[in-house]
Amino acid sequence: MNILEVNNLKKYYATQKAVDDISFTLAPGSIFGLLGPNGAGKTTLIRMLTGITYPDEGQIIFNGRPFDPVNDILKIGYMPEERGLYKKMKIGEQALYLARLKGLGKLEAMENIRGWFTRFEMQSWWNKKVEDLSKGMSQKLQFVTTVLHEPKLIILDEPFSGLDPVNANMIKEEIFRLAKNGASIIFSTHRMKEVEEICDHIILVNKGRKILDGTVRQVKQQFKENLFTISLDTIPGDIVSNAFEVQVPDEGTPKDTLVVKMKEGHKPNEVLQHFLQEGVNITAFSEVLPSLNEIFIRLVGDTPTTRQFEKITA
Amino acid sequence: MNKTWIVAQREFNSRVKKKTFLLSTLLFPILLFGFYAFMIYFSVKGNDDLKIAVADKANVFNGKLESDDDVQFVLMNDSSKAILEKKVATKEVSGYIYVPEGFNVSSDNLNIYYGKTIGMISQERITRRLNKLLEQKRLLSLNITQAQLDSARKSSTIEFKPATGDKEPSKSKAGLAYAVGYAAGFLIYIILFIYGTMVMRGVMEEKTNRIAEVIVSSVKPFQLMMGKIVGIGAVGLLQFIIWIALGITATALIPLLIQGGDTSAVQGVPGANTMVQASQSSAFATVMNSINFALILPCFLFYFLGGYLLYSSLFAAVGSSVNEDPQDAQSLLLPVMMPIFFAIVIMTKAVNNPTSGLSVFGSLFPLTSPVVMMARIAHGVPDGVTVWELILSMVLLIIGFVGTTWIAGKIYRTGILMYGKKPTWKEMWKWAFRKA
Repeated sequence: MNILEVNNLKKYYATQKAVDDISFTLAPGSIFGLLGPNGAGKTTLIRMLTGITYPDEGQIIFNGRPFDPVNDILKIGYMPEERGLYKKMKIGEQALYLARLKGLGKLEAMENIRGWFTRFEMQSWWNKKVEDLSKGMSQKLQFVTTVLHEPKLIILDEPFSGLDPVNANMIKEEIFRLAKNGASIIFSTHRMKEVEEICDHIILVNKGRKILDGTVRQVKQQFKENLFTISLDTIPGDIVSNAFEVQVPDEGTPKDTLVVKMKEGHKPNEVLQHFLQEGVNITAFSEVLPSLNEIFIRLVGDTPTTRQFEKITA
Repeated sequence: MNKTWIVAQREFNSRVKKKTFLLSTLLFPILLFGFYAFMIYFSVKGNDDLKIAVADKANVFNGKLESDDDVQFVLMNDSSKAILEKKVATKEVSGYIYVPEGFNVSSDNLNIYYGKTIGMISQERITRRLNKLLEQKRLLSLNITQAQLDSARKSSTIEFKPATGDKEPSKSKAGLAYAVGYAAGFLIYIILFIYGTMVMRGVMEEKTNRIAEVIVSSVKPFQLMMGKIVGIGAVGLLQFIIWIALGITATALIPLLIQGGDTSAVQGVPGANTMVQASQSSAFATVMNSINFALILPCFLFYFLGGYLLYSSLFAAVGSSVNEDPQDAQSLLLPVMMPIFFAIVIMTKAVNNPTSGLSVFGSLFPLTSPVVMMARIAHGVPDGVTVWELILSMVLLIIGFVGTTWIAGKIYRTGILMYGKKPTWKEMWKWAFRKA
């Protein structure tokens, strides 16, 4: 059973369609990338999933039943992009407070806090105040407070911004561990590299609409341009084939490597056959898949950033 | 456990556990009373340490010019005008009076020459005393005996009594009711401000720290707002209990202090006379009893809580609507503060005239009733306010705070997650009255 099913969700504001007919499903234990440019409607979508705002239309099914904001938010952990903690409050008390707001009893909360503080080596922070922490430290604390109550659904908005590589890796490991233990994670970001590393499944949202949905592999297959790289010990002078075309090399392409584009209806093996017949040694051959970054830019690159101020005609 | 309660606990603890809490709680009344004591002291004291040399060549004063704390008269009948001038120049004396020989008390002017300007109050006081002596001199010169003079000067006792033959209220009651009503109304006014702005600051802190979004993914915005209001209200109540304890200690001590003090020094201060009279009468305790504290205290608590709940939600709505810029808060606060200002104006009328149309209106209208009603209640039931007016006022106040909390909750819910420009009134109106 899916932890989350979103059916035809809509939220219209006076000046824009913030979320316009978005549907997706989220399996338990999966890491889900919610991608999109600034102002695409991601935050509005997340706020509906966390019960902060209500959809105008559509349905959210949480854990097999219609979403009940009052009770279901206790099983959701949300870390917004704009982080916030009480600056003057002691860290231990703050974690306890946030855990209790998520419905944990005092003892249970204390136990969980101790566990997480030990894992992140934060025990000595208990009586410090947030204003004494560095940005990275408060980020870690924010992450801990998000997952303290063992949520079934964890929503992380740009969780790595402001973290150094060591801490980013630490959080990344935790995300994998939580997913392995059955939590589902929605991961919203602009950094496509992180998405490729972490996410199983992605959707891309632009102008409030879903324009892409699938596993990272599927998406890459969908946008591949039938490009291959082939490395040879000697590059033959004239390469003429009716199966492929040699592309103009990029700056980063090594000297012994060619980028070739398959023609319609031909198989990659024909490339190999061609060079075998030429009598040169092939040292490497692989398919070039587009990076998510390239796909992202191709799909949303021409979106004007002034969408917020357009009048809608709905 | 109810989340509103958890939020309220945090709001309460984070304020009460602060080191500054006890300090500010104790300092506030000291500062407030210190401020009034300071003002009274200086308005009474006038110019300090004036030394006036008097060369009474005509002997009009008979050497009877008595000095007091402020003005000291030094008789130097042998000195010439030049010597006195010199003394002023060397600042040995502040000024001098030269009464030439053959001074005619009925027609001549008396001049006081000064070195540094003498303050209005001191001038007034010197003039009054000199005139009294001169008047006496003039009357005596008409062959009136001192005994006749004294009996003519005696003032008759004039008393105010109710015409309908009701039980006569204590003579000092009106004055004391005035003082109690004024103090209670003013206290509520200050409370609304202090705790209202405390709520507003708390909301602004949550918004600018961006923790609001984290919290509202766990609790409903309305619960968050109510938790804050309840928590800070509890802080207020605690401070109050401390102040009442201090007040009881103080009232036990004050009569002793006033009776021991010099009462003439307080003359000319509005309200002080009645207080002094009340304390001077041996029946101070019975006068205190004539004010119905059993009625006033519970009412005070009710209007304090009602007024606080009514206004704090409005303050919370304002806090949720502004961003980092405190200037925005000021312009949005104005409409919230106006009724409180009106309340204090109506209250100053109501302590004098608790049954006038304006007083009745002010004590029923929920935005002003917490302040105004206290002024009326001090005069007692039914002298100051009828039972049905009191009940109606309380019911209206409850309806009022339910209403403002409901509207404020809706503004708060939207405002707390809005960043960027300051909302207009039109937008806030829309937030308050749109569905879901």
